[in-house]
Amino acid sequence: MTKITIRGNMATALGAKLSRPDVVPAYPITPSTLFPEKISEYIADGEMDAEMIRVESEHSAMSACIGASACGARVCTASASQGIALMSEMMFIAAGMRLPIVMAVGNRALAAPINIWCDHQDTISQRDTGWLQFYAEKNQEGLDLMIIAFKVCEDKRVLLPGMVGIDAFVLTHTIEAVDVPEQNLVDEFLPKYKPELYLDPNKPMTFGSFGTPEFYQEFKYAQVKAIEKASEVIDEVFAEFKKKFGREYKKIVPYKCEDADVIILTMGSMSGTARAAVNKMREEGKKVGCCKLTVYRPFPGKEIVDLTKNAKVIAVLDRDISPGFGGALYGEVAAQFINTSKHPLITNYIIGLGGRDVLIEDFEEIYDKSTDAVKKGRVEKPVEWIHLNQEVL
Amino acid sequence: MKEEKELFSVGHRACAGCGEPIAVRTILNEVGPNTVAIVCTGCLEVVSTGWPETAWEVPLIHAAFENSASVASGVKVALEKLGKKDINVIAFGGDGGTFDIGFQALSGMLERGHNVKYVCLDNEAYMNTGIQRCSSTPYGASTTTSPAGKYSIGEDRPKKPLAAICASHDIPYTATATIAYPEDLKKKVKTALETKGPCFLHVLVPCPTGWRFSSEKTVELAKLAVETGVFVLWELRGSNFNNINITKKLKGRKPVTEYLKTQGRFRHLFRPEIKQDVIDKIQKDIDEKCKRFGVDL
Repeated sequence: MTKITIRGNMATALGAKLSRPDVVPAYPITPSTLFPEKISEYIADGEMDAEMIRVESEHSAMSACIGASACGARVCTASASQGIALMSEMMFIAAGMRLPIVMAVGNRALAAPINIWCDHQDTISQRDTGWLQFYAEKNQEGLDLMIIAFKVCEDKRVLLPGMVGIDAFVLTHTIEAVDVPEQNLVDEFLPKYKPELYLDPNKPMTFGSFGTPEFYQEFKYAQVKAIEKASEVIDEVFAEFKKKFGREYKKIVPYKCEDADVIILTMGSMSGTARAAVNKMREEGKKVGCCKLTVYRPFPGKEIVDLTKNAKVIAVLDRDISPGFGGALYGEVAAQFINTSKHPLITNYIIGLGGRDVLIEDFEEIYDKSTDAVKKGRVEKPVEWIHLNQEVL
Repeated sequence: MKEEKELFSVGHRACAGCGEPIAVRTILNEVGPNTVAIVCTGCLEVVSTGWPETAWEVPLIHAAFENSASVASGVKVALEKLGKKDINVIAFGGDGGTFDIGFQALSGMLERGHNVKYVCLDNEAYMNTGIQRCSSTPYGASTTTSPAGKYSIGEDRPKKPLAAICASHDIPYTATATIAYPEDLKKKVKTALETKGPCFLHVLVPCPTGWRFSSEKTVELAKLAVETGVFVLWELRGSNFNNINITKKLKGRKPVTEYLKTQGRFRHLFRPEIKQDVIDKIQKDIDEKCKRFGVDL
């Protein structure tokens, strides 16, 4: 294993390279541009045996991914923000057609106002497309999760597309040390993609049929069963990855949660800051822990309940907003507890939109606010915004 | 490479007299079974792919409305990468999916030089959703979104010259064809297949439902479109229009009224009173086009 220092985009590009995709249709967009650049460079230097399709839009990128994947090729792409919004139509179709395309995402805010910095709105707003969603905390995870995503997505029990999110700039453009897995070990872990069904003149078949009310629901049900099954497959693949490469992944990773009264739930790069904040607050005698979600789809609801049910309050942090409701993760976490007779209070904090820094003191504020709810025995304001600049409002 | 087996089979649900299945059947039988086809959302997809049936005897992929060309890019590149270079890739798009919503994807595919044969089946409006205006709709035609009325002559913009725009991408081969001249169509399909790189075929397919004519007159209408100079049959290698080959030149070109009078979509030009100025403009535009293309013998 070699240790190198690289930016997050290079880590996901390297993860893609090690996975040996056949076709990479991609359209550049900040902050993911380095991904197609690196893939182009690998191909130009003969380090990678893949075909790049330099499409004219993200919509065409995903369309070409669909065409290529339906032929039985291993396919990946990269995008972010407006690019993902543009390709959204085709993301539904990729999942509905059960094509295991893998996309590296540099998680970025959506316009308007236009903003190139980090939040999770781009991928969270695609949560119902049917894609698997992984979120990395650091560059190493970005690299590893690309390889893992291919293996999970291509599993015959799953056959669905998946995305790996790394936070804009905080990871995409930040240099970190990563262990690079040996190619031969990756090849053993992720053998060549051999689908049973593909576009083949020797066995003609129609992909993307017209589905009448008589049949449509059954297509969707089968698709949902597959993403539910992916939950199990992800556990298997994480275990196999650990055995092969020594690094452990879990759908949800707890930190100092056993005796915690307050558990803070995070996704992405702010998870590291959350742990630092927990350490600081623990030293002050506060019973606080945190959990990071590595897998958002399929939603690890059962795991979340198991890890957090004994806390007094769960503080759900959303780097996204569903206007008129609150954070997406908050709603989903709350739904997991609705049928349990006794459960923690659940608070929601909208944080770090459009690249606003997430600081240790933000976690302290969240702790205080959540503890206050415990003292009162109720949540007066379920959805709160952290770090709002009142002078601008 | 003629095949005994029909590659676009019977049992599809197209309207009686629809020009599309005639074109698809003619084209696929010429292309042969070693083919992957792409179709965009529209009449053709709806009438031929209703699960669990399919009219397609070649592998087919339908993804969405605006992206036959970019799906085809993915298909072609993947097949080549997987060592299946000999498989033909034929993309079908309706006029909506080609002239309008899929224009960017088409331009991108042509520019990238992918070895895809793109066929636009043009019935001159959004027929699948109920005859709405498209940039392919001819001047003076009444559609549900460009209806003729007290203050409207119907469609008030000329038809977009799509085949010429495609040829201007300097692709190796562009041609126009219609179902009334199947030998000409087959020949052009054959030429496209023999030509490496992206080729564009613009095929006029009359629509009895949208054009409002009796369903047995489909071929007759397609023929009249050519004989009146409404639709010029041509082919071109590259983008130098001086090299254009008019494959059906006309001796004694028929007046356009012969074509217009047979279709309900132009009926308002003749009753309750004749709108001579509109008819004259249509005729004048055709005369100029035929002169420019050198159609008349």
